[in-house]
Amino acid sequence: MQMVSTYLGIQMRHTVAAILCGSALILAAFAAPAPLRAADQPTVVAKPANSITVDPSGDMQENLQEALILAEPGTTILIPEGTYHFTGALSLDVPDVTVKGAGRDKTILSFKGQTSGSEGLLITSDRVRIEDLSVEDTPGDGIKAKGVDQLSLVNLRVEWTRGPHKDNGAYGLYPVESKNVLIDGALVRGASDAGIYVGQSQQIIVRNSVAEYNVAGIEIENSYFADVYGNISTHNTGGILIFDLPNLPQTGGHSIRVYNNKSINNDTPNFAPPGNVVGSVPRGTGIMVMSNRDVELFGNEMAENASVNLLILAYAYDYEDPRFNPLAQNIYVHDNIYGRGGWDPDGDAKKHIQPKTGLPLPDIVWDGAVDGIWAAFFGADEEDSIHIKEKDGTSFVNLDMVYDMIVPWDAGVDRDISAYHGSFETRAPVVLPQEKNLTEKSKTAP
Amino acid sequence: MRLLAVIWAFLSFLLAGIASADAGPNLEALLNPRPAKRLSEYQLFANPAAQAPNKGLHPYDLQQPLFTDYAQKYRFIFIPPGSKAAYSQDEVFDFPVGSVLVKTFAYPADFRQPNKAIRLVETRLLIHQRAGWTAFAYVWNEAQTDAVLKLAGKRLPLSWTDKKGVRRNINYVVPNKNQCKGCHTLNRKFSPIGPKARNLNKDFTYPSGAENQLSYWTKQGLLTGAPAPRKAPSIPAFGDASAPTALRARAYLDINCAHCHRREGPASTSGLFLTYGETQKAAWGYKKRPVAAGRGSGGLTYDIDPKHPDRSILIFRLQSNDPGIMMPEIGRTLVHTEGVQLLRNWIKSLEID
Repeated sequence: MQMVSTYLGIQMRHTVAAILCGSALILAAFAAPAPLRAADQPTVVAKPANSITVDPSGDMQENLQEALILAEPGTTILIPEGTYHFTGALSLDVPDVTVKGAGRDKTILSFKGQTSGSEGLLITSDRVRIEDLSVEDTPGDGIKAKGVDQLSLVNLRVEWTRGPHKDNGAYGLYPVESKNVLIDGALVRGASDAGIYVGQSQQIIVRNSVAEYNVAGIEIENSYFADVYGNISTHNTGGILIFDLPNLPQTGGHSIRVYNNKSINNDTPNFAPPGNVVGSVPRGTGIMVMSNRDVELFGNEMAENASVNLLILAYAYDYEDPRFNPLAQNIYVHDNIYGRGGWDPDGDAKKHIQPKTGLPLPDIVWDGAVDGIWAAFFGADEEDSIHIKEKDGTSFVNLDMVYDMIVPWDAGVDRDISAYHGSFETRAPVVLPQEKNLTEKSKTAP
Repeated sequence: MRLLAVIWAFLSFLLAGIASADAGPNLEALLNPRPAKRLSEYQLFANPAAQAPNKGLHPYDLQQPLFTDYAQKYRFIFIPPGSKAAYSQDEVFDFPVGSVLVKTFAYPADFRQPNKAIRLVETRLLIHQRAGWTAFAYVWNEAQTDAVLKLAGKRLPLSWTDKKGVRRNINYVVPNKNQCKGCHTLNRKFSPIGPKARNLNKDFTYPSGAENQLSYWTKQGLLTGAPAPRKAPSIPAFGDASAPTALRARAYLDINCAHCHRREGPASTSGLFLTYGETQKAAWGYKKRPVAAGRGSGGLTYDIDPKHPDRSILIFRLQSNDPGIMMPEIGRTLVHTEGVQLLRNWIKSLEID
């Protein structure tokens, strides 16, 4: 084949040249579509082996977006050091692409002047890796990925630079309806909903990240199989939230492990726009679990959270969704460290919990919402119950919300932590296909 | 011998090229995954400036159009000779490979004289190629003689005088390829939105006279399997004051929102589903709480709060031009005042359960 084409090439050069010269223009006008010319190509400079560097001069919106559109699968798109300003959203829809900056504080994509598009960067293709860059001041979400497989967000910073503000975008890192999600080494500040939010997804790792000055630091919602570890969540309204909500395509969140995180000093007043569920999180909540199953919390440090260190709740709003289970069931809490908490509760913690427990609120607060009258009187079945194995002196309360509704004259709370002594076997860690070739080193929590 | 073959091949190539200028759109160019640099290379128009279609390209119209900053739209369809689209009652017709949906966006200098001094802005092609549907946008030159491919999108300052005589200035946004897919996605596949039976089931004034589009498509051999128009689904026109407000509102939401806000669409995560046939109340927004709306909720509790348009997130987001709040997310920079008014009237009229 090679020989034939070479031969043809020689023939053409030597013999058909005249015909070619005469017909080239006519051909271009009438026959096959003209190939892309220089002006259509992204203004990029070729680098060795499947990597291209985006030309930072000229219109970066156009240069980078063209690179993202024209990238072949397998390409690494390099963005040089610099601060770049965008007026519209960027998007990536080509699979197997890496977008890499020169470092988290060196390559900065600023969306302060954004007038169109509801996020900074939208990813809709599989096996994408974004690393070593920052996204700032998006009017909407920072980086969103929807419906993708094997997403890696590594060493990124997403920040609203004016600090907590109700007009900041909702989510910093926002994978949704996705599978095999890795968030590693992120720094997210100022989100008016959740700094790191993974929703309606499966097989998730969020690790070694810092979330601060957000309403929720890290939130896992309506998701299955998540490992959240080695993170620091501080100066948020709530540190780490594990939620499940009704009326969503994927519901019944379960199999979540939250371990070896620090959720401390979450002291930012809730600045979420009202109407959002996260708007009800009390300022100073360490970890909050709402209506999930099979959740294991261990090795976490929760301290200096003025409302409550650990809150386990049912979804308490009205809803119409026969698939939805509002209860938090089969929750295993063990080997955590509790510092000061609950001395100055906020919002619903002040309104609904403090009257029942007094100050300070106990380390662990469970609403006691259970499935049916039988369970209200005699405790939930083993597989639906909560299990606690903490060191002596850890304080606890079951608010007996359901029991109190049935027998209000016997209203009270149950502080006997030993009655909830139990455990279940930890499940195998989440293993992501995109990490199978990486060294063990990067998988270890700090 | 070999040399002769080469020459012969080139000559026949040339001839084919010349012949196709008369034979309607250039199918070969349309099927090439690499888009043409200039719109003219597809040979869609006999007279581009006048938007006069070439042979084989048929104009059509939708009962309810998508709102795009008040742009006028000229729509055309091409189906390769010898093949037909298959009718579907509720979804977009099944168009054969080689089909093209053409939409030109244009503004008259003054909307009080909508047929005069029209500026063509962009032409979007939705092409059913062998690997699936794909989309390209072409921006018209000053002289209005041809349009040039813009893969990464473009912003164009535009101005016109509206129906009330008010001067309007906008930064019109030509979408990039990914943004096209942002809306044109069904079950994660690129898909057309507009040409569904309910949207096409109306009369169109052809050069040969007015005729129902479904009948015309069938007669012209573009469509197979369509029932008589009166047996096909239909929706009221946007401005048809004689039609029930609820139907007009749902039809408006259907074409402006439901391409994303449906179970198979990009906004499936929201749980808000606005297709014309959606009957589950919480799904079409009735007392539905927001999920990941962020500040898009505007501090409100429900997507649609019956009787209270001002307490409905849907209205709040349609009235906003803030990119972190506005809906739809792309495709407009202006508020569609008339559309919002229709939805307000509808929400006011809703019964409270």
